[in-house]
Amino acid sequence: MKVLVPVKRVIDYNVKVRVKSDGSGVDLANVKMSMNPFDEISVEEAIRLKEAGKVDEIVVVSVGPQQAQETIRTALAMGADRGILVKVDDTVEPLAVAKILKGIVDEEKPELVILGKQAIDDDCNQTGQMLAALLGWSQGTFASKLDLGEGTVEVMREIDGGLQTVKLTMPAIVTADLRLNEPRYASLPNIMKAKKKPIDEKAASDYGVDTAPRLTVVATNEPPARQAGVKVADVAELVSKLKNEAGVL
Amino acid sequence: MLHSSDKYQDIRDAVRALCAEFPDEYHRRVDEERAYPEEFVDALTKAGWMAALIPEEYGGSGLGLTEASVIMEEINRAGGNSGACHGQMYNMNTLVRHGSKEQRDFYLPKIAAGELRLQSMGVTEPTTGTDTTKIKTTAVRKGDRYVINGQKVWISRVQHSDLMILLARTTPLAEVKKKSEGLSIFLVDIKQAVKSGMTVKPIRNMVNHETNELFFDDLEIPVENLIGEEGMGFKYILTGLNAERALIAAECIGDGYWFTDRVTAYVKERNVFGRPIGQNQGVQFPIAEGFIEIEAASLMRYEACRLYDAGEPCGAQANMAKYLAAKASWEAANACLQFHGGFGFAAEYDVERKFRETRLYQVAPISTNLILSHVAEHILGLPRSF
Ligand SMILES: Cc1cc2nc3c(=O)[nH]c(=O)nc-3n(C[C@H](O)[C@H](O)[C@H](O)COP(=O)(O)OP(=O)(O)OC[C@H]3O[C@@H](n4cnc5c(N)ncnc54)[C@H](O)[C@@H]3O)c2cc1C
Repeated sequence: MKVLVPVKRVIDYNVKVRVKSDGSGVDLANVKMSMNPFDEISVEEAIRLKEAGKVDEIVVVSVGPQQAQETIRTALAMGADRGILVKVDDTVEPLAVAKILKGIVDEEKPELVILGKQAIDDDCNQTGQMLAALLGWSQGTFASKLDLGEGTVEVMREIDGGLQTVKLTMPAIVTADLRLNEPRYASLPNIMKAKKKPIDEKAASDYGVDTAPRLTVVATNEPPARQAGVKVADVAELVSKLKNEAGVL
Repeated sequence: MLHSSDKYQDIRDAVRALCAEFPDEYHRRVDEERAYPEEFVDALTKAGWMAALIPEEYGGSGLGLTEASVIMEEINRAGGNSGACHGQMYNMNTLVRHGSKEQRDFYLPKIAAGELRLQSMGVTEPTTGTDTTKIKTTAVRKGDRYVINGQKVWISRVQHSDLMILLARTTPLAEVKKKSEGLSIFLVDIKQAVKSGMTVKPIRNMVNHETNELFFDDLEIPVENLIGEEGMGFKYILTGLNAERALIAAECIGDGYWFTDRVTAYVKERNVFGRPIGQNQGVQFPIAEGFIEIEAASLMRYEACRLYDAGEPCGAQANMAKYLAAKASWEAANACLQFHGGFGFAAEYDVERKFRETRLYQVAPISTNLILSHVAEHILGLPRSF
């Protein structure tokens, strides 16, 4: 069985993001970029399935600039088998990504696609769902546990009220939540092996997809600075402030 | 954290990810307990990092000293201390380049698999100091054995290594034309040696460095353990010494970035007189100066490693890289401690630990003065002072 894992190159989670002075977006110049952490979790899950003998091949795909190849290499160094880079230099919105992924699914015929539940740059949380709709496949989003059976997959989902388990008929789409697993770090021998694993290069046009954005970013703002707090002398003052100033009591 | 991308980013990211599992508290505890970071070195070994320099046919990754230097840099940059494990890295090429086929076939796969560690190198002696060719430890051939007698000092990681490369005199100084002749190097099986004539006496020291006095009393080692030709050991040991200098330069560079990262973050947050202390140029400039010097030292490190990997002479560059890097990390350490004020002295901030650790490298593995004298006399051709 083949698993497809899409991975996105995003601003590293350690980086303190700065908004560009003209508000058109965030500053990406000389900023560390890494694999979207939720995608690392997807890659890890696919590798665990392969190690358990339930999966034969893991194909990773990234839609992005040339440098997204490094993100694919990272996944290959963790243990994925081969990569596909769909080279697009500008921002690609979730729907266009989902359409490209559909094209790849049609060609590669995986039985399972594991995506991150969202990317930490735009926090869209849409691609997996859109892909499921385009393919007409079942979906298990926000997975915190995944059990692969014969032609089915059980997904424990993190929902507002707690946990929900759904049983999907394959082929299926799963999106990974934070608690699904803890991704491994690459070992040196695997980094060396990854350098020799193949990465195909494609264009969005190979899948007949127009990536021109359909949304316009109107403004990007820094979050408001936190106001300084005040010290209260006793409980009475606290209650009075909560009542009269904060208006929460 | 400061970010600039280079072609070793994959190595950096992977070493950083491993190091992230060993946070400040881990290294602080190891230092407090004067322990050896066994779990950390074990994790590095399992992930293949300690076999980076072993050729692929023996189960390693066949990388060069440049990559090895990046690995050491990242360990120190992440708050660790490569001193616990750099020995295997600097010793490796001595065995790879000068060992016999039998020695390579026997030892390298076991070292690559993590079954054996080659972490110790025995050069320094109490009575001769830096004047290495005057060492008094002797190896006398008796049939199929060499018999070792003498004494070494500051020999590190002996209690956490299986093998040691030992320098001893095989032909008396009076009988050789050049003082660098008549020295030989041997692979010593440490566990065996401890049972048959080698005594290990730990030295308590300022940094948590597992380092020892060694005493040899008729220690016999098989002739197969001689590396290369008898009498040519000084030339071979330079392979290890030059690697050591370049790697320690890289460790200092890693320390330098650590100090810069920490102090930069601290002075932005610490408010005194109603503004961040980092707003004062008196605070900014020493930090900037340290950073500039680290960046410059890093370039010299790459040059030394490039020459080393190309098999070209690199003694001058390796020494100069180590000189520049040790100086730069010390400047950065000093600024870091100074601008943490009193908090710099609190163990909880790790600054005092890293400060102690980086100070070592102005003395070991070769002192700053001896590098200056090497440059003055061997590169600039000034009259020899000794
Ligand atoms: C923690 C630690 C770990 C070590 N690990 C190892 C190890 O694993 N293996 C190993 O072989 N060695 C090891 N060493 C030894 C180290 O390499 C030596 O300490 C170092 O080379 C200096 O030698 P020395 O201590 O004999 O100093 P000396 O040679 O006695 O020098 C003392 C001082 O005098 C100065 N000096 C000497 N001669 C001159 C001169 N002609 N002109 C100007 N100044 C001069 C030196 O620069 C130095 O500052 C270690 C040392 C330490 C502290």
